[in-house]
This record gives sequence, C-alpha cells and structure tokens, in this order.
Amino acid sequence: MAQKIFSDVIPGASHWSLVVPAGHSLTFIDVNGGANVSLLFYNPVNPLERYNAPDTLKCQHTFKLTTGHCLYSDMGRIFCSVVADDTGWIDTVGGLANEQKVTQKWGQRDYQKDRNQWHQNGYDSMLVEVAKYGLGKRDLAANLNLFSKVQADGQGNLSFVEHHSKAGDQITLRFEIDTLVVLSTCPHPMNSAEEYPFNSIEMSLSKSAPVLADDACKTSRPENERGFENNHRYCSHA
Amino acid sequence: MIQHSHLLAEHAVRSDVVKAGDYYMEVVKAGQTIRILDIEGNQAADTLFYNAIDPSERYSAVDTIREQGNVYLTAGSTLLSNEGRAMLEIVADTCGRHDTVGGACATESNTVRYALEKKCMHACRDSWLLAVAQNEHFGMTKRDITHNINFFMNVPVTAEGGLTFEDGISGAGKYVELKAQMDVIVLVSNCPQLNNPCNAYNPTPIEILVWN
Repeated sequence: MAQKIFSDVIPGASHWSLVVPAGHSLTFIDVNGGANVSLLFYNPVNPLERYNAPDTLKCQHTFKLTTGHCLYSDMGRIFCSVVADDTGWIDTVGGLANEQKVTQKWGQRDYQKDRNQWHQNGYDSMLVEVAKYGLGKRDLAANLNLFSKVQADGQGNLSFVEHHSKAGDQITLRFEIDTLVVLSTCPHPMNSAEEYPFNSIEMSLSKSAPVLADDACKTSRPENERGFENNHRYCSHA
Repeated sequence: MIQHSHLLAEHAVRSDVVKAGDYYMEVVKAGQTIRILDIEGNQAADTLFYNAIDPSERYSAVDTIREQGNVYLTAGSTLLSNEGRAMLEIVADTCGRHDTVGGACATESNTVRYALEKKCMHACRDSWLLAVAQNEHFGMTKRDITHNINFFMNVPVTAEGGLTFEDGISGAGKYVELKAQMDVIVLVSNCPQLNNPCNAYNPTPIEILVWN
C-alpha cells in the first residue's frame, strides 16, 4: 500500500510545480469530470534534459499514452511511468492554448474584473511556472494533457473527445528519476465548452512500491527495459 | 495533396547538396521559396524553423497540427510558431504527406529504440547540436533543439492511437516546397539514420534550393 505524504487541491486555471524524487508517485484525481492537467518534466540538475514527446511516442509506437507507458526525456531516460490511468488515453499532441485562442473561445481575460476566475491560458501559465527555475519560452516543449483525448482518424483528421474523463478518474505517475514537474490546470486548447471551464484536480504524493523485475511498465516493451537500464546507469553512482 | 511546382532549378538563387549526416543552417527571407528535394528517394529531412530576428519564436508541431486539424503536413499546410503566427506555407508537394509527430533520431533515443550499444552512431540531434555550436551568431543552444518536421517520412497514426513507421512514400526526385511568411532560419539535419529500414539502411543526399 502506497504511503501518502500529502495531498492538495489545485483549482482550475492555475499553475504549480514541484520536484518529485525518484521512488515517489503523483496521483491526479479529476474532481468534477472534464479536467485537464498540462504537464512538462525537466531534470532538476540539468533542465536541458526535458520531456520529449516524439521520443516517447515513437519508441513505444503509440500516439496516445496510458497505463504501461513510460514518459521519456530527450536523453533516453524515463522520467516517470504511467502505472494507473482510468481514462485510457492521455493526450500529448494538443499543446497549450495561448491568450489569443482563449480570447477567441471564451472572451478576454480580465483580472481587474474577474479576480482568480480570469481566463488564464495554458501557455502563459506554463511560462510563469518555468520562469521560477530560470527557464523561458525556449524551454517549453510539447506537453502532456492528462484527462484529455485527441484522436486522429484514418486520414489524420484530429478531434477532441468531449467528456473523456469522469468525476473521480485517477491517473498515477511513478517517478523513476528525480524530476521537476511543471503543471497547469488551464483548459485544453481544443475544449469546445461554451463557458470557460474551471476544473479542479486533487493531487497527492506517495512513496512508490519498489519497481520489480516483472513491473508492467518495464516489461511492456523491450524499449522500456532499455529505458530503465539507461536510468539505472544514470543513477548507479548515487 | 500532390501539388507540382512551376519553379525551375536554373532560376534558383541558391542550391546546396546536403549529404546524409550533414546539416544545413541558412536564413530564408520572407517571400522566398525553399525546396527540399529527395534526390535518391526515401530519405528523411529532419527540419526545424526559427524566426530569424528572434529564434525563441520557432516552429511548433503541436500548434501546427492542432490548428490545421490534421496530423500530417502537405501542400496547403501552414506551419505555425509557438506564438501562433504563420512561419511558412507548403506551396508544392510531390510526396503527399510528411510527418511532424515522430521527431528526430538521437544517440540516446537510439539506445532505447534499437539497442544500448547503438549509442555512438551519428544521429540527427548531433547534427543540429553541431550546427548551433558552429553558428554562434544565431545565439542558439540545445534549448532551441525542439520538436521537428520529418519531411518525406511516413508515420501513420491510427484511430486507436497507434503509431507506426512505414516504408516511405517518397521516391527519387520528389520534393516539398515552402514559401516563407517571415525571415526564417532553416535548420535541417539530413538524417544519418543507419538503423531504420525506411531508407533501406542507406541514408542519401538531399538538395536544398531557394528562389526569390
């Protein structure tokens, strides 16, 4: 049984970050259904090592991410493994909405009038959060969107699947190396809700159970066995 | 969409042959047209674009595919930046579609994809890193090496969320042509990948032509 260290609620239209040490897991719960959590990962020792969507997708021959998949850095290492995903599909190609997109869809953001109910956008939200670590727009890469599904048909046409995540749906990421996790709860850029959606998430940090030789993420593909071996070689000096 | 070009090679203001494993890093001005030509067929040209005035504005795969509503690039596709602005438009394409999801090979990702002992084989991200190191006047570093386009690569996505690397749909003499909407730095790694059956394990030269 995982030992919980703390849990916290992150309101919609917000951003946050934390360093998660190897051997710990983050569980995200969609409180009301329809949430979106945009995530980026960096190596806290060398932020030039960061989440790489293309490497993650092509090495596992997948366009979606879900239980059993590993999330890779550009240096061939695994930041974290998806050990549980009630939704069955995590988007990694939809990106973030910028101010222009949010204004078009849901009207201008106006802190003077709306206070913390303003229409914050995912791009600015991530920019603020990465700036806390000396990073900027040059460091923003294609991000994950937990609880969101973007599908392509046989001709490559993209569509956003409405109501993909239900109230109470959970996703657990188990961190395999120390990772700076940057997140935003701003709406997905393809969300077609009429009103700007504010969806809180609950997030909890736990100590992970040890990764055994027959771990489902490790053995799901030979590529992941090699990814874990790269982690082992990176961490073996510690 | 197949769209032929009327531009003639002899009218190009610049033409360069880029051998497999080499890079190309040049500025193309707004209004100029650039053609990437697959000389021998089934080669992958791993390409990045930057605003030449401020390279922190760069090609964004996610913004591009989301806003055009399709995962593949072809004639008619507008390449968007991370600021949501049009950088280039694909004006001709005799290949039909190009990948912008699969990314570029790297020594590190080769260890994962193929075998740990593949780590010292030359890869696209090495070419880009050498390019930014040898062209210091652009002020770029590894921070700027990001999610690219693979011209001539065929990486089909399925409705179930699968992604496969298929044999190329390119062939000798096929090309893609783009018109710049702003001054852009074009950074191409002509892929040196020796592990991929798509090019029959035989990386070959490409040619890059520019017209005013």
